[in-house]
Amino acid sequence: MSSQTARSNLMALPAVAWLGLFMVVPCLIILAYAFLTRGLYGGIEYTLTAENFQRVVDPLYAKIFLTSVRIAGLATLLAILIAYPAAYAICLAPKRTQPLLLFFAVLPFWSNYLIRTYAWIVLLNREGLINNLLRWFGYEGEPLALLYSEGAVITGLVYNYLPFVILAIYSSLSRLNGELIEASRDLGAGRVRTFFRVTLPLTMPGVAAGGVFVFVLSIGNFVTPALLGGGRFQMIGNLVYDQFLTANDWPFGAALGMVLIAVMIGLLLLQARASSRFSGETQGAANG
Amino acid sequence: MNTPLKAPVLAVDHVVKRFGKTVAVNGLSLDIRENEFFALLGPSGCGKTTLLRMIAGFEVPDEGRIRLSGSDITEQAPEKRPLNLMFQSYALFPHMTVRQNLAYGLEMERLGKPEISARVEEMLKTTDLQALAGRKPAELSGGQKQRVALARALIKRPKVLLLDEPLGALDKKLREKMQLELKRLQHEVGITFIIVTHDQEEALVMADRVAVLKDGSILQCGTPEEVYERPANRFVAGFIGVMNFIEGEIGADALFRAGGEALACDLGGLKRDQKAVLAVRPENIALKPAGAGVSGTVVDVAYHGLDRQIYVKTALSTVPLQVRVAATGPGASAAQTGAVVSLGFDAATCRLFQD
Repeated sequence: MSSQTARSNLMALPAVAWLGLFMVVPCLIILAYAFLTRGLYGGIEYTLTAENFQRVVDPLYAKIFLTSVRIAGLATLLAILIAYPAAYAICLAPKRTQPLLLFFAVLPFWSNYLIRTYAWIVLLNREGLINNLLRWFGYEGEPLALLYSEGAVITGLVYNYLPFVILAIYSSLSRLNGELIEASRDLGAGRVRTFFRVTLPLTMPGVAAGGVFVFVLSIGNFVTPALLGGGRFQMIGNLVYDQFLTANDWPFGAALGMVLIAVMIGLLLLQARASSRFSGETQGAANG
Repeated sequence: MNTPLKAPVLAVDHVVKRFGKTVAVNGLSLDIRENEFFALLGPSGCGKTTLLRMIAGFEVPDEGRIRLSGSDITEQAPEKRPLNLMFQSYALFPHMTVRQNLAYGLEMERLGKPEISARVEEMLKTTDLQALAGRKPAELSGGQKQRVALARALIKRPKVLLLDEPLGALDKKLREKMQLELKRLQHEVGITFIIVTHDQEEALVMADRVAVLKDGSILQCGTPEEVYERPANRFVAGFIGVMNFIEGEIGADALFRAGGEALACDLGGLKRDQKAVLAVRPENIALKPAGAGVSGTVVDVAYHGLDRQIYVKTALSTVPLQVRVAATGPGASAAQTGAVVSLGFDAATCRLFQD
């Protein structure tokens, strides 16, 4: 038994070393920065202070935080609402065609993130495809200001992360025992009640995994807001970016980053707990 | 046969179901009576599960009708049918406790909370599940899960309860106990039970009537005694219980001849001068003093506690015949490997089938 533990430790070593060196150590450095003072021309001075964290709760920055939460939240909700039916449809398809359908769902993912985001600019701008189409259909008013709006940012985020959510929900749905759905129908529940009482609760781990994924990546995202939001409003990711590269206030940027990481870790822990509550009966069996 | 005929609660009328090119159920008709314990028995792939799923509403027949208490339910949605299915996998909701699983079907009927909890408690008591009411399915043993699945279906007070291989997942000891338990429960609740099984012993022990299915058709339908003692054809004869088959022919003198021996037999409608198969159960072959019947040699003895199954090689067939001998009765001592014995056949218990 102990030799097996030793062997499994040995096998995990490269990953642990890699993550330790290139993730944990930088995070600790950033954490340290967050408690130091900014240098006059960028960089840092080694004077301890808690001031950076006090500034995070400043209404100006707190508002940006809330905006980010709202945008990420809406993107998450929208992604789940779009992904769930898609995943369900793939599950209902014949077993042989399912891998192909999944491949198409993930296809956009193989192209470059920036190119995909720029494509949305082409679609949404005042002379873009959507406005031209509207005009072609007889619309004569001012071109719609689709680009550089919260809606454009949310659209971009949903578009980019949708494949993950489809995959996560699909993996939950495809593992669901079809007889449970039949049992529910047999016991007198129609399709709708069966969905809300049986299917949805049992696939919550997939929904939570996909949802947390979108939320965490969206709230820290700075490319999509910069390109599709046009710098008109900021998300937390843009704020951090600006502190490091424009305002030269590394410690404040570090403090913002730390708060963001704390939020993400909190969410991931919640998700882990939720999914073990829904699918972790085995845990209960060990206790009982 | 002498029981008064009650009106059929469930009527299956010339039902056909195809999957692509295979015909799963082939023009099958069946009447099931009120309060009957009915078994659909057959090997896997005989169409018994498809038939059950059509009755439950998960498959729609291509042809034919299904009527429940006189009303046509052929195309009715499963949730609208006043009958319930107990799944082979039990299909208990893993995210609900035993109590919640039981309440689910009543909640769907939009009953009041007090009535639901009263009926749940009553059913927990009937099925002896009170101590487990707060557990989730993963915390239950196989036998306990089976009881929960049964309780969850029974609590709906269905007109007919369908059971798909209900004891298949249990070990032999528990299975035998549950056979009697199921039968007792059926008498107690007075609900018509239709059970699907591939286990002929299970069907004989539990059912009032048995239908033997093969290739989507019913080969024989009757009481366990009828099916066991008077099988309608060679398949039923071989599928139910242990049976010796002897290939031979019926002579002009109406005697069955095989391997130079002649046996008196009820021809059962078969003509003279044709090939036939004689079927006889091991318990219907008698051990006789040497010279009084067909002589043979004991080639093997299998001990079964109360009795012994001995294998006797005779001129009748290439395969040794199985003969059942009581462990303490006459002939018990003779039943030893290598012993020369004589076998006696009784015309009343031998059946002839066309080859």
